[in-house]
Amino acid sequence: MEEKKAMPSLEKLVVASSPHIRAGETVDRLMWQVIIALLPATAVSVYFFGMRSLCLIITGVVTAVLTEALVEKSLSREVTIADGSAALTGLLLAFNVPANAPWWMVAVGSAFAIAVVKQVFGGLGANFVNPALASRAFLLAAWPTHMTGQLPLPLDTMTGATPLAILDGTASGTLPTYLDLFIGNVSGVLGETSALALLVGAAYLLWQKVIDWRIPAGFIGTVALLTWMFGGRDGLFTGDPLYHVLAGGLILGAFFMATDYVTSPITSRGRLIFGIGCGFITVLIRLWGGYPEGVSYSILLMNLVVPFLARWTQPRVYGTARARV
Amino acid sequence: MGRMVSTFFNGVINENPTLRLVIGMCPVLAVTTAVVNGFWMGVAVIFVLTASNILISLLRNVTPAQVRIPFFIVVIATFTTIADLVLAAFQPDIHATLGLFIPLIVVNCIILGRAEAVASRNTVPLSIMDGLGMGTGFTLALIILASIREILGAGTWFGLPVMPEGFEPAVVMILPPGAFVSLGFLLGAMNLITARLSNRPMGSKSQSSGSAGQKLEG
Repeated sequence: MEEKKAMPSLEKLVVASSPHIRAGETVDRLMWQVIIALLPATAVSVYFFGMRSLCLIITGVVTAVLTEALVEKSLSREVTIADGSAALTGLLLAFNVPANAPWWMVAVGSAFAIAVVKQVFGGLGANFVNPALASRAFLLAAWPTHMTGQLPLPLDTMTGATPLAILDGTASGTLPTYLDLFIGNVSGVLGETSALALLVGAAYLLWQKVIDWRIPAGFIGTVALLTWMFGGRDGLFTGDPLYHVLAGGLILGAFFMATDYVTSPITSRGRLIFGIGCGFITVLIRLWGGYPEGVSYSILLMNLVVPFLARWTQPRVYGTARARV
Repeated sequence: MGRMVSTFFNGVINENPTLRLVIGMCPVLAVTTAVVNGFWMGVAVIFVLTASNILISLLRNVTPAQVRIPFFIVVIATFTTIADLVLAAFQPDIHATLGLFIPLIVVNCIILGRAEAVASRNTVPLSIMDGLGMGTGFTLALIILASIREILGAGTWFGLPVMPEGFEPAVVMILPPGAFVSLGFLLGAMNLITARLSNRPMGSKSQSSGSAGQKLEG
């Protein structure tokens, strides 16, 4: 990004430190690819939750982009709305609200994510937690009734408790079938319901090598293992791991939010540990915590230890002695 | 006389304990859930700070340097107890809300800091002005912060509804995260204002000497 603009006359004479071989990847390309990968989930969300969902998503994206432009202009920074990162944050935030959320709440959340969580800390690359998730936590603390969807629905959209709330015993209702969970015909926040659509997008990202398999694999694997071991009512190893993987925001969080470049470790081992840590905290919150769902808090908590993971898992330079930690 | 006035305003603006020195933050974050709490906390601190400054300044020539800190603490604790009992008698509701934070004024580092930096080495009138200025600065900061939090988090100001009909208060603002976020923005705004002011010639550059606040943890 920087090199492109600096001193055009010397463009042919590149004097830089390694790496000298560069892939064609740019921040813009990666961000837009993630947005493309989220389109199936967006479509399914609009199909199941109606036009209201589309309005909320558009509100989230537009507010995020406008806030980014406004803040960067007023701080005399380079305006970077074209890189798609603000649009992605807005989209992910909208994915994290229930269908009957008021539009202004999505707008406030998007503005908070960009202005407070991202730009205050220095913009893209400098935020220490995932903006969309931090903003979701903010909204959940600010307007809990709107965020948990416990208000009467104005439209003929789906109503009822989310599967995890039923599983948790905090709400009554019949558990939806695996097929409904997989397709997305259940209640929940806009983006999390359809495992199928999210997996299609995730497969695209893995194929394009935009995301690394280690974070999602560690995350989902840990959740599956621990819920199988401790999730059952009849003792050890009687839990239903498939249900825990498909229900709630695990797939959305594991593939699209935990893998955020800025707030996840860069080393392979670090990523695996990061994913396992996310899974561990998620299960702790789901099975024994006060909330039915713990994906977003687990990712936020693990975001905070990323600098330590990065130092801890730093690869040894070839030929040097093993450093004592 | 000019020195007195500049000492007072030094505490309110240049060396505002909350917004410039960033000391004594515990009550700032804890009691600013409503403007009325912040106001009474500020009043209690003005009283304790000014009264202990007076006594410490009066006795500064007979205080052995080796035991000055225990001496300061005893003086501060005395006035804090008075403030605590007076509030409990005349403002029982406020006293119940502020709870532990009134007794905790004893360990508020603004007061110990001013005792050490100013009252123990200056005349009584100057110590009074310093106590009043620092106390007023603290109170103003508390009221500003509490206003932001109460208006956004409860839709009221001093308990009176101020927001339009459809406003839904963001509960997070009167929870601890709201305190940190608003305080961060307030400190940022204060830095911005200070930077703007210092670029412009403001009459006299009255950086009152000798009263540099010592940063104490607390």
